[in-house]
Amino acid sequence: MCLAVPGKITALEKGNAEVDFSGVKRSVSLDLVPSAKKGDYVLVHAGFAIQLLDSEDARETLKLFKEIYDRSR
Amino acid sequence: MTAPGNPAEKYRFNSPMWRDKGLAARALEEMRALTAQVSGRTGKTVNIMEVCGTHTMAIASSGMRRLFPPGLKMLSGPGCPVCVTSQGDIDSVLALAALPDVTLATFGDMLKVKGSNGLDLNSMREKGADILVVYSPLDALAFARSNPLREVVFAGVGFETTAPLIAASVLRARKEKLKNFSVIAFFKLVPPALKLLLSDPKNNISGFLLPGHVSAIIGVEPYRFVARVHKVPCVITGFEPLDILAGINMLLRQLARGRAEVEDEYYRAVKKAGNPTALKLIAKVFNPVEASWRAIGRVKRSGLGFSPEFAGFDAARRFKIAYREAPEPRGCLCGAILMGRSQPPDCRLFAKACTPSSAVGPCMVSSEGACAAWFKYGG
Repeated sequence: MCLAVPGKITALEKGNAEVDFSGVKRSVSLDLVPSAKKGDYVLVHAGFAIQLLDSEDARETLKLFKEIYDRSR
Repeated sequence: MTAPGNPAEKYRFNSPMWRDKGLAARALEEMRALTAQVSGRTGKTVNIMEVCGTHTMAIASSGMRRLFPPGLKMLSGPGCPVCVTSQGDIDSVLALAALPDVTLATFGDMLKVKGSNGLDLNSMREKGADILVVYSPLDALAFARSNPLREVVFAGVGFETTAPLIAASVLRARKEKLKNFSVIAFFKLVPPALKLLLSDPKNNISGFLLPGHVSAIIGVEPYRFVARVHKVPCVITGFEPLDILAGINMLLRQLARGRAEVEDEYYRAVKKAGNPTALKLIAKVFNPVEASWRAIGRVKRSGLGFSPEFAGFDAARRFKIAYREAPEPRGCLCGAILMGRSQPPDCRLFAKACTPSSAVGPCMVSSEGACAAWFKYGG
């Protein structure tokens, strides 16, 4: 049950954030990620953001997969 | 940096590339070559344990298991929270649900786990017990706020990912002076479970695929002993198909080079120090305690119980629920499966007397359980 879903913060509201999950918006607690700002990506587990997600790191990982595993290169 | 509004930016974490078949095929080719290299040298099967139930489910539902080379065996570990909760602890949750003034708030995965009396929360609900299925502990807090005459008890089952959410909810309850909210705390810790697995001299684990979301909280350091002391390689891994394939290949590369380290494939979410805010909350509200694991028994400092400052929120204390050991369901191999000693088809009940619609043991009840995953998607 450690399922967590990435989403983007679209608005802040006193300790909570409105998070957009590919079009579905939900209110999420920022108690565990107090430094999160509008526009940040967060990992959400059971109504709480549990960690900030790094967009650049995600891009780098995908780039790495492409470099290692892309036959068409 | 990509400009905001750019589609690449928008879908980066949900990009179809995480599930790209062409890249996956190449990753599987590499896996076959690496497995042949490792098992060719040792003459043994490579046994990789996916510790996390969410990985078990991702591996099963993507269909990748049947594409793995025959020299590679994936073992499901003790990482499905409902599965590792002991029979005695399940009985305690059911005892709380039976109390007349109590509303038992729980995540949905607990509804069909049977107690020693043969009942589960679903059947108790039919008999009049007040069971509230919630998406978040905050929903349980909201219910307590608007129903001051009900005692709301949250069934605290989970790992380091879930514990800080409950700690934050308890702090909110204290701040609001909510007198009718409490938690029965059965949280388990992953590193002690790994230690326990490795302390069995008969264990045959070649490497660990470590849970991504537990690691998002606890970071990288708590696993170092696995590599340093036990010389078993570890890779913290994400949950997309390519994450999993890459994580397994990273483990195989370590094995091929005769190295044992803790690597982080999921660094977009897992930082070296984890989430310090969450760790501080856990340390404030909870203390490490001896916990009871299904089929394993009681293990020192392997769980979280309330610290003295927050003992007032402990439902076991508030409602005088005494823990009693209870036997496993007869014939159920769940315990051996959690320890990586057996696989679901080894159980004589599997897919016969035990199916998801009529489950005997928790590994079949929970959607993240190894038996449920094997039943639904095959081996």
